[in-house]
Amino acid sequence: MPRVVMKGAAIKRALVRIATEIKKRNKSIEDLVLIGIKRRGQTLAQRLAKILADGKKSIPVGAIDITLYRDDLQLIAETPIVRGSEINFDINNKVVILVDDVLFTGRTVRAALTEILDFGRPKSIQLAVLVDRGHRELPIAADYIGKRIKTEKTDLVDIFVFEEDGKEGVFVSKCPNQTKRDEI
Amino acid sequence: MKFSHKNLLGIAELSQSDILTILNLTNNFRQVLDRPIPIVPALRGKTIVNLFFEPSTRTATSFAIAAKRLSADIVNFAIKSSSVIKGETLLDTAKNIEAMKVDGVVIRSSYPGAAHFLAKHLKAFVVNAGDGAHEHPTQALSDIYTISQRIKKFPDLKVLIVGDITHSRVARSDILAFSKLGAKVAICGPPTLIPIGIEKTGCEIFYKLDHILSEVDVVVALRLQRERQQVGLFPSIREYRALYGLTKERLLKLRRPLIIMHPGPINWGVELDPAVATTPHSVVLEQVKNGVAVRMAVLYALAGGETDAKG
Repeated sequence: MPRVVMKGAAIKRALVRIATEIKKRNKSIEDLVLIGIKRRGQTLAQRLAKILADGKKSIPVGAIDITLYRDDLQLIAETPIVRGSEINFDINNKVVILVDDVLFTGRTVRAALTEILDFGRPKSIQLAVLVDRGHRELPIAADYIGKRIKTEKTDLVDIFVFEEDGKEGVFVSKCPNQTKRDEI
Repeated sequence: MKFSHKNLLGIAELSQSDILTILNLTNNFRQVLDRPIPIVPALRGKTIVNLFFEPSTRTATSFAIAAKRLSADIVNFAIKSSSVIKGETLLDTAKNIEAMKVDGVVIRSSYPGAAHFLAKHLKAFVVNAGDGAHEHPTQALSDIYTISQRIKKFPDLKVLIVGDITHSRVARSDILAFSKLGAKVAICGPPTLIPIGIEKTGCEIFYKLDHILSEVDVVVALRLQRERQQVGLFPSIREYRALYGLTKERLLKLRRPLIIMHPGPINWGVELDPAVATTPHSVVLEQVKNGVAVRMAVLYALAGGETDAKG
């Protein structure tokens, strides 16, 4: 049985808190742009942008698909699907808030950082994640964390958002077949 | 959405869903090409050889750029300074190149089936970049991608291919590709340049251009391959132009706009007038630009990941 770690209301509260921390640290939202890692990160970035803008000025939101930047392309049996990146604004000298749902090994974030730098040279990049589940394999840390959770390395952490899945919540379950994991 | 082939030998081997997978991938790579740094690390560490036994500017360069944009290494094989001149066979040449740990071979040859032959003998993946008058799949894929940017529904589409069908590998691949996506394909040219049995592909044959031209949405003008015309398959270049050339006068008579394509190189003033190629309806240079993205999609689909798929 999957263990419920966050429900809809908790996700909402976490995003509001992250937004407050972003505002506190960056003083102005003028230079902010948000980039979500596909697909759940994109949804979370859009929500975060709405909270940050607070009905006033809108904040640019982009999305990246890190498939072409993965460090394990040689190891995967089948060519992974490429979903495409959409960053339709200038990121030079901006403060980029990189948004993802789960921070795990850090490899996805590494790939995302490399890709973002191919789009320009931002003033800084800060990382916001809904859940930090530990087990880092690269020296990467998040600036804003919705919730830290304790997991086994083989556990599955599933995040559902209404926009993509029709339901909302964060769940942890035991991996049925530990050797079949190919996520990063 | 997956592409489960080891090689790209021709459009004939592809299903509609294979074609759509490539078009979809192409869309993503087209976006990569517009980035400030248009390079992705997807094929880092892969080595590809451009094995061109026939002259080519567009295709060889396009494959080379596509490979570089994917961070693969590409080696251009220069036929004039190779041992082919000393009489080395195609298979020996390819086997020797493969022994140097190459992941993929892009081959252009004047012999139909050369790519299929190599694919049978090599562990590396093989991409057919034109084999005699047989197929030129990446050109056809870039043609349909270019059309898909302007027209969304292929089943409503009528495509006309004009010119030397007999000697054209582009014509064969185009007929197959457009048909597989549901478009209606017609061909038009002098009877001596229409191959026997081509109607089996499902295309309609016309010998007079003006009438059918007014009924189609897309026209693909083929290069009159003058190097293959020594045997007198038609009276003169002037007569060819008068009957089958896409001239300004001819196109002005049409009531509706037509998308004009040409796989290049163009014989200006023969199959296509310079005045026509510079109109907004001509997508000749878009075809070339999209060609890089299409070839990135093909190389990524074949080289990305470890695949043991057959065919």
